[in-house]
Amino acid sequence: MIKNIVNLGDAAIYCDFGSDVNKEINSKVIKYFMALKEKNIKGITNLSPSYNKLIISFDLNETNYEDLKKVVLDLKLNVKIENRFQKINIPICCDDEFSIDIERIEEKFQKSKSEIINLFLNKNYFCYMTGFIAGMPFLGDIDEKIQLDRLETPRVKVPKGSVGLTGQFCNIYTFESPGGWNIIGKTPLEIFNSTNVKKPNLISPGDQVTFYEIKKKEYEKFYEK
Amino acid sequence: MKNDYFKVIRAGLNSTFQDHGRKNLYHIGLPFSGSMDKRNYLIANKLINNNKNDAAIEFAFQGPSLKYFGLPRNIVITGSVNFKIYKDNNSQENGECYKTIKIDNGDIIDIISTNKSVYGYFCINGGFKLDKVWDSFSTTVRAKVGPNNGNKLIDGQKILLNDPSNSPHRKLNFLDSKIEFIRVIKGTNFDFFSEQSIKDFFSKYYTVTKLTDRMGMRLEGNKLNNIKSTNIKSEGLIKGTIQVPADGQPIILLSDHGTIGGYPKIGVVISADYDKIVQITPGSKIKFKEIKLKDAENLYKLYTMETNNILNRII
Repeated sequence: MIKNIVNLGDAAIYCDFGSDVNKEINSKVIKYFMALKEKNIKGITNLSPSYNKLIISFDLNETNYEDLKKVVLDLKLNVKIENRFQKINIPICCDDEFSIDIERIEEKFQKSKSEIINLFLNKNYFCYMTGFIAGMPFLGDIDEKIQLDRLETPRVKVPKGSVGLTGQFCNIYTFESPGGWNIIGKTPLEIFNSTNVKKPNLISPGDQVTFYEIKKKEYEKFYEK
Repeated sequence: MKNDYFKVIRAGLNSTFQDHGRKNLYHIGLPFSGSMDKRNYLIANKLINNNKNDAAIEFAFQGPSLKYFGLPRNIVITGSVNFKIYKDNNSQENGECYKTIKIDNGDIIDIISTNKSVYGYFCINGGFKLDKVWDSFSTTVRAKVGPNNGNKLIDGQKILLNDPSNSPHRKLNFLDSKIEFIRVIKGTNFDFFSEQSIKDFFSKYYTVTKLTDRMGMRLEGNKLNNIKSTNIKSEGLIKGTIQVPADGQPIILLSDHGTIGGYPKIGVVISADYDKIVQITPGSKIKFKEIKLKDAENLYKLYTMETNNILNRII
């Protein structure tokens, strides 16, 4: 399943599952990630699954590249992962105040705001990975009719909760952060909560996510609760 | 005394609580963080007779100024640091690094600056009274994770202290070494760059710019020409990775780096050199040198042995 395995520096293993980005390849990455996590292998200090790569960091005082590579290649993928994934519904408010890139998108695709939003809403998206900033989910695949390039000049500050589109993916800014994705709305849900030590991130790789629209009033109500 | 504390008179530029770092959270987007220069962090805890995983205050360039309220106890500062102790009786003394210093109620420790280096470490006997987050005292400011609500020190705040334990007077004769080259192992996108650029990368000087912090070190020098693609599909990153964005100027990722990125990786700094590179100040010129994996592993063994020897000298 791993197409190529090399060292990344002296304290990490770089597993290449292919160059394409699709659910099939990503599911293999997630399977390896979960199997490694479950087995608690001595020396491993961190795992970074992404679209089609898995990076395994280790403590050079406890193991080394050659030894750990053997362990990874001999790994039995006998973990059951099917039941671990969740289905999550995320409210999104696309009020003009939050949908800060919508005008540009309307112009680009010659579609109305509601057409664009409807192409986005009520679809099952798959979480390929989380990261860049803590808890940020990379969800796909976005309808081909609304796939966009990154902003040419990234924003210095994208508001927390913003939902952005780029290429086949959408993400949610879990913090105010610099960023170059096209923002179409905002969710009031807390996507990352570091005080919830057991499960700080609402969405994990492999989860299914659907967005449903809420009005500004409902958005505000989330904060009153 | 139960209620000993510091009052932060001046927080300093980038003063945070740190320890060894935090494992197993890359996959949700959190880096290791932890003390940038592990060796100096470990020496500080050993000198003050704390546990080796206890929290230190790490500061960069300008450190904090702290007023102490409590019974006499020892502090220590490691790194290359200029600091003064203003005694409550109006006398003052110049601080000496790598040596325990007794402070009394009302004393002010003013950590003025690091000297031709970036980071220094401050520890107090008994340790700071903090809560661990994910089994660690490390602070990741960008994600607001860690003690002090994930924040840097703030002017005016109080820092509570644990009860003191036994802390004999200790001193270490130690001069921190500097490195001539940053030694790197070829990265996974090494072949993205032109032959000339690879030659430049390993022979020309690169200048450390001011855009350098706990997340990364931006360098400036001969442009590295990418002949394949200036982007890769986003993938995991590790500390020490040298990535090259479209402008051809390398960035070395440091302890608080973003966990996913899409720039080609030209190389990775060897583990043995990490404590040293973080101490290189903006404006310095550095050169890279290629190292094979086996040699890097041996150099790390040597470096760890050397660190242990230093720690064992402290009795």
